[in-house]
Amino acid sequence: MHEEPILQVRNLQKQFGTGCVECRQMETRKLVKNFCKSCGTVYACQNISFDLYPGEILGIVGESGSGKSTMMQCLYFDSEVSSGEAYINTPELVSNNVFEMSAQQKRSIRNHVYGMVYQNPVQGLKMNFSSVGNIAEKLIAAGNRNVGQMEETSKKLLENVHIPLHRMKEEPRNFSGGMQQRVQIAKALSNNPPILFLDEVTTGLDLSVQANVLDLIKVIQRDLGISMIVVSHDLAVIRMLADRTVVLLNGKIIEEGLTDQVLEDPQHEYTQQLVYSLL
Amino acid sequence: MKPNTHFAFFDEGSKKEIRRAIMKAVAIPGYQVPFASREMPIARGWGTGGLQITLSIIGKSDVLKVIDQGADESVNAVSIKKLVYETTGVELTEQTDKASIIQSRHRIPEVALTEDQIIVLQVPMPEPLRPVEASELKTKSMHAEDDYSGVWLMLFEQIMKYGKTATGADHPVYVNDRYVMAPSPIPRFDNPKMHESEALILLGAGREKKIYAVPPYTNVESLAFEDYPFAVETFEGKDCHLCGSTDVFLDELIDPQTGETIYQCNDTSFCIDQLNKKEEVEVQTSYA
Repeated sequence: MHEEPILQVRNLQKQFGTGCVECRQMETRKLVKNFCKSCGTVYACQNISFDLYPGEILGIVGESGSGKSTMMQCLYFDSEVSSGEAYINTPELVSNNVFEMSAQQKRSIRNHVYGMVYQNPVQGLKMNFSSVGNIAEKLIAAGNRNVGQMEETSKKLLENVHIPLHRMKEEPRNFSGGMQQRVQIAKALSNNPPILFLDEVTTGLDLSVQANVLDLIKVIQRDLGISMIVVSHDLAVIRMLADRTVVLLNGKIIEEGLTDQVLEDPQHEYTQQLVYSLL
Repeated sequence: MKPNTHFAFFDEGSKKEIRRAIMKAVAIPGYQVPFASREMPIARGWGTGGLQITLSIIGKSDVLKVIDQGADESVNAVSIKKLVYETTGVELTEQTDKASIIQSRHRIPEVALTEDQIIVLQVPMPEPLRPVEASELKTKSMHAEDDYSGVWLMLFEQIMKYGKTATGADHPVYVNDRYVMAPSPIPRFDNPKMHESEALILLGAGREKKIYAVPPYTNVESLAFEDYPFAVETFEGKDCHLCGSTDVFLDELIDPQTGETIYQCNDTSFCIDQLNKKEEVEVQTSYA
């Protein structure tokens, strides 16, 4: 059976700087990592294309500065792409390049189709608003105006991510890092988004909490069938979560395939180095 | 020596600039129009926004009333009145229905305003989104994109914390189904008076350099969730201890002699009016 991807990304480019004669041509540019020495332009994402299928988890690995987070920010419209296309396969959005849509349309996609969990909860949560309020924010943004309903939904979500309900009216700033991360996940899930972005969600958490969060992500995938893009530099996390994996280096995709394949039989020199340096 | 000031303090160029901002504000109900707020002989934050509007729209035949929290005789109201009087010589009044321009801080008078009147409100914080977003650039684009989830979230938080919306004053309103506007710190009690108001409502924030407006007969709707409807302050079973009025905004006071809680009209000129009317009736009946 032929499955349609829910998200298609084609030739995503993101550069910081204007570029010069020496680096403007993709094929001939000579860069130090992703940096042009003559004009100082950084090519953070170069020609990135991939598909995300319904219900799958796509892992993105790469070292610091390889363009993982920039790519996520571009997909979630936190920063604008330099060029490229992305298509979301839902009835309202089909065959429209979402990068070219208006700010309102992008906001509507963020509120209805996407969920995002940032590495740093400060980015994803309002630390001085209650946890319920944080989850409700997304529901309000999506047009809900019923307090009772939103409170119910928020309670259910917080229960799902194991936040004790007697603390639901507390601000996330009073919570531990792991709890904050779980509130973020609950918030991201509040509108049943078909696509969820997870950016280094377990980085900085201790191992038992990590295990908790990973477990939760697996459960969400299995029960809700949400497609996810998981960015991590931790290969163990990728091995556990991802069905397919993409390896990024200096803003380019250097290898992609089934996670087992990539990790057991890496083809590219850098991937080999990455896999064998795993402790 | 008293310097010879221009009529209404400002030079004509300044008035023109402010009036142009007012025109734009009236044309886009609820939209905050930036303007070059002038240095005034009173400190910013003491009503300079309202004062600048009043001075630039006032003419020789206007009759002015200035109130501060409902009172005609508080310091702020008196100083503003004096300044306008000394630079224009217009007639001053305390009676709401006699005034053509009413400058007010934190109240809309109890007497219903008419088409021939303009109410000028002083605004400390014109941006309803400011408590959730500190950046002006961002709040501007939020207004442009009709993204008001931040304001709703504030109300939601209040309901979570206190079981009801706890805006003591300045309860945000939707103007003409488009812009969310801070109605200035008037009590919720006065919000419905803005809806389909016969009088033109002008709002000026001198420190924040913004002018906005609600033209006559404009839809003004207070924000409220489906299951938590908007409610004004209630004074059920209470009346003014001086004039006996109900259905008005009452101040809660402590009687210094008895220590009891008493209530009194917040709108002083309305209260005096009621008392005069009563006296008239009493005089007529006893000397008829």
